[in-house]
Amino acid sequence: MPLISASTRSSRRHSIRTGPTRTSRAPRSAHVASTSLRLAAAAALIVLALPVAARAQDTTSREGIRLGLKYELGTRPGVLVLPVAGAGGDSVRAILQRDLDFGDRVTVLPAGADVARPQGGRFNYDLLAKLGAAAMVEASVVPSGVRIAVHDVGAKRVLQRRDFALPSGAGTPEWRLAVHSASDEVERWITGTRGVAATRILFVRDGRVYVVDSDGENVRAITANGTALSPAWHPSGQSIAYVLFGDKGTQVIARELGSGATRRVSNVGSGLNITPTFSPDGRTLAFAHGEEEGTDIFAAASLGGAPQRVTVGRGSDNVSPTFSPDGRRIAFTSGRSGHPEVYISDIDGTNAELLTPFNFGDQSYRSNPDWSPDGRSIAFQSQLAGQFQIMTINLRDRSLKQLTAEGMNEDPSWAPDGRHVVFVSNRTGVKQLFVLDTETGRARQVTRGAAVRFPAWSPFLDRAR
Amino acid sequence: MNSMTRVGTLLVGVIVTLTACSRRRAEPEPPPAVNADSATLADAAARAREDSIAAANRAREDSIAAANGDRERRLGEARSAVTAAIYFDYDRAEITDQARTTLDAKLPILTANSGLRIRIAGHTDSRGSDEYNLALGQRRAAAAKRYLVGLGVGADRIEVISYGEERPAAQGEDESAYAQNRRDEFEITAGGDNLQLPQS
Repeated sequence: MPLISASTRSSRRHSIRTGPTRTSRAPRSAHVASTSLRLAAAAALIVLALPVAARAQDTTSREGIRLGLKYELGTRPGVLVLPVAGAGGDSVRAILQRDLDFGDRVTVLPAGADVARPQGGRFNYDLLAKLGAAAMVEASVVPSGVRIAVHDVGAKRVLQRRDFALPSGAGTPEWRLAVHSASDEVERWITGTRGVAATRILFVRDGRVYVVDSDGENVRAITANGTALSPAWHPSGQSIAYVLFGDKGTQVIARELGSGATRRVSNVGSGLNITPTFSPDGRTLAFAHGEEEGTDIFAAASLGGAPQRVTVGRGSDNVSPTFSPDGRRIAFTSGRSGHPEVYISDIDGTNAELLTPFNFGDQSYRSNPDWSPDGRSIAFQSQLAGQFQIMTINLRDRSLKQLTAEGMNEDPSWAPDGRHVVFVSNRTGVKQLFVLDTETGRARQVTRGAAVRFPAWSPFLDRAR
Repeated sequence: MNSMTRVGTLLVGVIVTLTACSRRRAEPEPPPAVNADSATLADAAARAREDSIAAANRAREDSIAAANGDRERRLGEARSAVTAAIYFDYDRAEITDQARTTLDAKLPILTANSGLRIRIAGHTDSRGSDEYNLALGQRRAAAAKRYLVGLGVGADRIEVISYGEERPAAQGEDESAYAQNRRDEFEITAGGDNLQLPQS
């Protein structure tokens, strides 16, 4: 019986762990006041449905209170998504399945349409369990959007149900984002953690800034022809910053995504103004500025104002700042030791320290740090055996972990779940964006066609909805 | 053909003949054989004098043409010296000995032409962080500027810009391409017409 979905591409390339292995899979939702949702994944692997701990179950959706079943650490619940009735149901089903698969927390089962046709209104939970399903997603298109019920197969009852509003215009970017948002909520019902389907990734191709949905669909250009570099998201998801290259030097530009209105952030004049990044509260924009005596990191109020110096590089080059999630520190690339390494400092530039330990074997070159959303680690690229690879360093014990090994891999950017990372890889022969799940090591290709650079993963884009 | 054209053709013929004669290395023709006929002698002397003058004129024109050609060549060399690129080691921005020689050669022309302004553009090869390479390119251009200013060139005559790895001179992912891309390029931005050659 197929337990692993054909759509799950098992990675042949597992992360080489040099530090302590992460043990936690289902994070305790400390941020959720109520008990998080759990399912008996063990039941999914056994032919007979096991008796489950008898607990009072309230399966109707009540705001803020969800009761669930035990979730076995180290296993992935099998999830079956039934065919979705109604106009456009096929698209909805495809998006739901792919989003759950790409989340890497559940295994999407491939079973077909006839499997659990309700007989007299009740689903055949025993049959579903035999197929390896711990949860079953039953959805239908309704006038307002899509109605989704998630069944707990082990408990033989509906776990959660809700109507999700969808904008009119099936297939439009806004409609797709709304379906992704529903997938993320379904994933949260099943695993306790929301997915990252309702996000987008910025990148640069042929000198233009583009945006793509997290599943690789909907590639759209944002800027016109030119030479753009290094796009970055404002935490609201409503605006971005990027660099425009000219013959009089480089400038940092801020752009509203809705209206397309742009504003120059850096001062006029030749010189370098590069690698912009927003603080987590969105109020500050940090970037690197250099004239003739090295390049240093400056910070300006996002709404405008004179930039203040952050790093004092004394003639060295300091670029690519990234903020800690609490906004109090930055990590950046600095050549102050003679070659590029990753440093961290307080946001005012004090207490600067070398983060990446010296690597005496290889020609040491570390750069492009990105601070994880949970604050615990920093991803960066490191030169290893002549190639660049993506690594992470744990901030608590400074242990290193190598995430990639195939081809040349650069420029990591964390997803807001702190688990997936997008980066540039030339493993197919052309630089493309790949997403890596840091837990399982699975990598999937996001872009195709002409070469791309400078990925930046958005925050959750559906919070305001 | 009418008579005017006939005269013209004749004149052209004469000129062509004379020009053809002057293409030969100017050599004084042997003096005409001494002749008892005094009119012939006078004619021969006059002709000899004219030939000498013509030869001297031809020699002067040749030497002017040669000098002009020489000057064109030297102007071209001066311009090349100003725009000659310099190259760097991997991930470094230090001026190498070879680069120093190339930079030194720019000084006389910069000194002889106070209106001459240049822009130094720093570049890198494609390895490493694309963003860090922008800073490295800037550092390479600034290093060349600092060297020239140290030689006495006014800082306000030199502009600095970085293209990082964005404008490679050579495509390819091999050491030969990389070496050609780790460079500063020099461009004349003003005062490049009517270059004065340095006094040698």
